[in-house]
Amino acid sequence: MAYYRTHVLVSVDPECVIRGAHQVIDALQDELVAQGLIDEVQVLETSRIGDPNIFGPDLIVYPEGVHYANLSEDDIPYLVEEQFLKGRVVEKFRAQEMVKTDEELGPPKAKETRVVLRNCGKIDPTNIDEYIAEDGYQALGKVVAEMSSEQVIETVLSSGLRGRGGAGFLTGKKWQLCRNNPGEQKFVICNADEGDPGAFMNRRVLESDPHSVIEGMAIAAYAIGSQQGYIYCRAEYPIAVQTLNIAIQQARTLGLLGNNIMGSEFNFDLEVRMGAGAFVCGEETALMASIEGRRGEPRPRPPFPAQSGLWHSPSNINNVETYANVPQIILNGPEWFASMGTEKSKGTKTFAIAGDVVHTGLIEVPLGITLREIVYDVGGGIKDGKAFKAVQTGGPMGGCLSTEYLDMPVDYESLNKAGSMMGSGGMIIMDEDTCMVDIARFFMEFTQDESCGKCTPCRVGTRRLLEILERICGGNGRDGDIELLEELSSNIQVASLCGLGAGAPTPVISTLKHFRAEYEAHIYEHRCPARVCRALIRYEIEPETCTGCTVCARNCPVEAITGERRHLHVIDADTCIRCGICMQVCNFNAVSVLS
Amino acid sequence: MDTKIDENEIKNAVTKAIKQHGKSREALIPILSDVNQVYGYIPSAAFKEIRRQINNPPEDGYPQTPVFVSESQLFGLATFYQMLSTKPVGKHVVRFCESAPCHVMGGRQLFQALMEQLQLQPGETTPDGQWTLITTSCLGTCGVGPVVLIDEDIYGNVTPEQLPEMLARYH
Repeated sequence: MAYYRTHVLVSVDPECVIRGAHQVIDALQDELVAQGLIDEVQVLETSRIGDPNIFGPDLIVYPEGVHYANLSEDDIPYLVEEQFLKGRVVEKFRAQEMVKTDEELGPPKAKETRVVLRNCGKIDPTNIDEYIAEDGYQALGKVVAEMSSEQVIETVLSSGLRGRGGAGFLTGKKWQLCRNNPGEQKFVICNADEGDPGAFMNRRVLESDPHSVIEGMAIAAYAIGSQQGYIYCRAEYPIAVQTLNIAIQQARTLGLLGNNIMGSEFNFDLEVRMGAGAFVCGEETALMASIEGRRGEPRPRPPFPAQSGLWHSPSNINNVETYANVPQIILNGPEWFASMGTEKSKGTKTFAIAGDVVHTGLIEVPLGITLREIVYDVGGGIKDGKAFKAVQTGGPMGGCLSTEYLDMPVDYESLNKAGSMMGSGGMIIMDEDTCMVDIARFFMEFTQDESCGKCTPCRVGTRRLLEILERICGGNGRDGDIELLEELSSNIQVASLCGLGAGAPTPVISTLKHFRAEYEAHIYEHRCPARVCRALIRYEIEPETCTGCTVCARNCPVEAITGERRHLHVIDADTCIRCGICMQVCNFNAVSVLS
Repeated sequence: MDTKIDENEIKNAVTKAIKQHGKSREALIPILSDVNQVYGYIPSAAFKEIRRQINNPPEDGYPQTPVFVSESQLFGLATFYQMLSTKPVGKHVVRFCESAPCHVMGGRQLFQALMEQLQLQPGETTPDGQWTLITTSCLGTCGVGPVVLIDEDIYGNVTPEQLPEMLARYH
C-alpha cells in the first residue's frame, strides 16, 4: 500500500462542484505533479465539509486538520508551495469558522478526568461497532447474564452515584424505590431536556456517545423491572435526536434492545420523544405530562414518579449524565467510582464553561475540585487579563458566587451551603465588567418568561421581582427595594409548586448576599459600578485625547455629538441614547464611560 | 394570511402527520410540530382539521381507548410550547439566543444591532413578510456565543459588524 504523508480531502458536494471544486482538484493534481509531491500528498474527494454557501469550494488537510475555504484554481500554486512544500499554514485561505463545534471539547486539559466524555470525539456515534470496541454493552451483558436486579442496585448504591440533573438524589436509592413499588408496567425515562442556558454537556454526550446512555437506561430497566423507556430530548437539539434514533435502531438490529436481550429473558425497548420548547419540561412531573401529550405543567409531589409517574405507573427518571455513568460503574466496580470525588459526592462531573474565560467549552473533573482550579487551571483564566468577579453555577435556578468562594470545593453540599447549587452543570464565569444587578434582572427575565403559570407565587412573584429589578437597573430604585426583593424571594421559594419556582429567586438572593453594595450603589448613588446599566452611565469625550477626527459624530445614530473638524467634540447627554457606538469607532480611545 | 392556504393542502398535511404519529393523546405534540414545520406556524384551520380527524371514528371503529380532543386543547398545547406558533412567520426566521452566556459575551449589543437592522421588535415580522425576529432559549452552543440562528443555519461568535453581510446571504 502506498504511503502518503498528507491527505487532502476536497469537498465534492454538488454546491461545491458548482463553485468549482473539480477545477480545484485538477489544479491541485497538476501542481503536486509539478512540485514532485504527488507521491507524498494524496488528494481524496469527500462529501460536504462546511456549508458550501459560506465555504465552498473547501478542503481539509490532514494530519493537521486545517480547513481551507473559498478556494479557486488560481490559489492552488501558492497553497501547494506554502502548505505542502514548506509546511506552513496559509492563514489567508483558512476558513473563518462560524461555529467551531470541536473546540467545545479538545483533548483533556490538566486536572480533567473523563468518564462520561471518554468516547466523545473519539468514536463515530453513528456506528455501534465503534462503541462496542470501547467495551460498549459489556456492562449490559454482565448485568443480564450474571447479576440479579438487587445486585445491580446494590452496586450503583455503593458507588455513591448521585443524580447529575441537579438535586443530587442517590441514584441507587431512586432505583430501589421504583423497584419496590408495585406495578405491572414501569417506565425508565431519560431527562434530556437540557434547558439551562449555558449548559450543553448532555447535548454533547447524546451527539457523540449515544450508546452509553442507551446502555445505562437498559441497565436501569433491568434493575427496576421495566420494559419500556423514553428519552425526552429538547427540540433545540435536532442532531442529538437524529443520532439517538440511529443508535437505537442499530442496537435493535444487534439484539441489544428489544425482546430477549442477549439471549436472556429481559425485554426492553426505547423511544425518543421530542420536546417543543418549554424550559419547565425539565422538571420531572412536567416532563412526563409532556410525554403524555399534555401541556408541560408540573404537579405537586408526592406522589413521586417512583410511585406514580408516567401514565400513573412507577417510573424512574434520571438525567443523561447519570445514565452514562452506569455502564462504567458496572464494568470497573463501585470502588473505582467511589475512589473519585469527595466523601459525599463521588465520581466526576461534566461542566459547560461559558462566559469570560479563555477556554470555554466542556470539561469533566472529579468532584471536590475547587472553583479556582476550574476557572484558572482548566478554563485558562479570565479573558483579556481582566479580574474574576463571579461564577454562576447551577443554571437559572442557581446562584452567583464571588471571589471568596474560589477555593471552595465543588460538590453538592458545599454549593448548597454557599447559596447556589450543582444543577446540571452550567457554569458562567463573569469578569469585572459585569453588573450583578443586571445579571439578576436577566435571569429573572428568563424565569419569568419560562414560568408555566400554574401556581401563583411563581407566575406573579417572578413578574414582580423582575419589575423591581428593572426599576433598579433603570435608575429608579427606591429605598426599601432591597428588603422587598428579599421578602418576596423567600415567599416565592417556599410557596412555589415545583423546582422552577423554588429556584427562581436564587440569582436574586445570591447576588444580594454577595454583591449587596452594587444594589445599594444603583439605588442610593444612582451609579452602576460596572458601567453596564444604560440609565446610569454617560459617555464623555476626553479633551486631551480627542483629535477632532469627526468619526464619532458621523457614526452617532442620534446626532448627539457636535464639534468642528480638528476641534474637541462634545456629547449632548440629553440626546445620547448610550449605545456606545462612539466608543467602538473612536480610533484614539478618547471616549470613556462614566457612572 | 390564513385564507391564502388552501384547505385541501392543510387537510393533506394533517392526514400525513396523523398517519405517521397515530391517533393518541401522546401523538398530539408531534402532530402539531409536523404541521408547524410545513407552514412555519399552525393555521387555525389546521386545529379544526386535527380535531375532526382525531375525533372521527376510524374505518375499523374506535381504538380501545378513544381520544377526544377539542380545538381549545390543541390551541392550549400550541401556545404552551415555544416551538409551536399560532401566528404566521416571515420567509426567514432569525432566532436570537437570549441566554446568559450569550448575554455576557456581547449578546446585548448584538441584539440591539439586529433589531435596528431588521427594524423589528422581538416577535414581529417585517411588512414585506421577509423577516421574523424571535428570541430563542439556549441552543447549547454556548462556547461560541453570541449565537444567531437564521432558518436552519447557526452562526456563532457573531459581532454587530458581521450582521449586514450575514443577512445579505438570505433573499
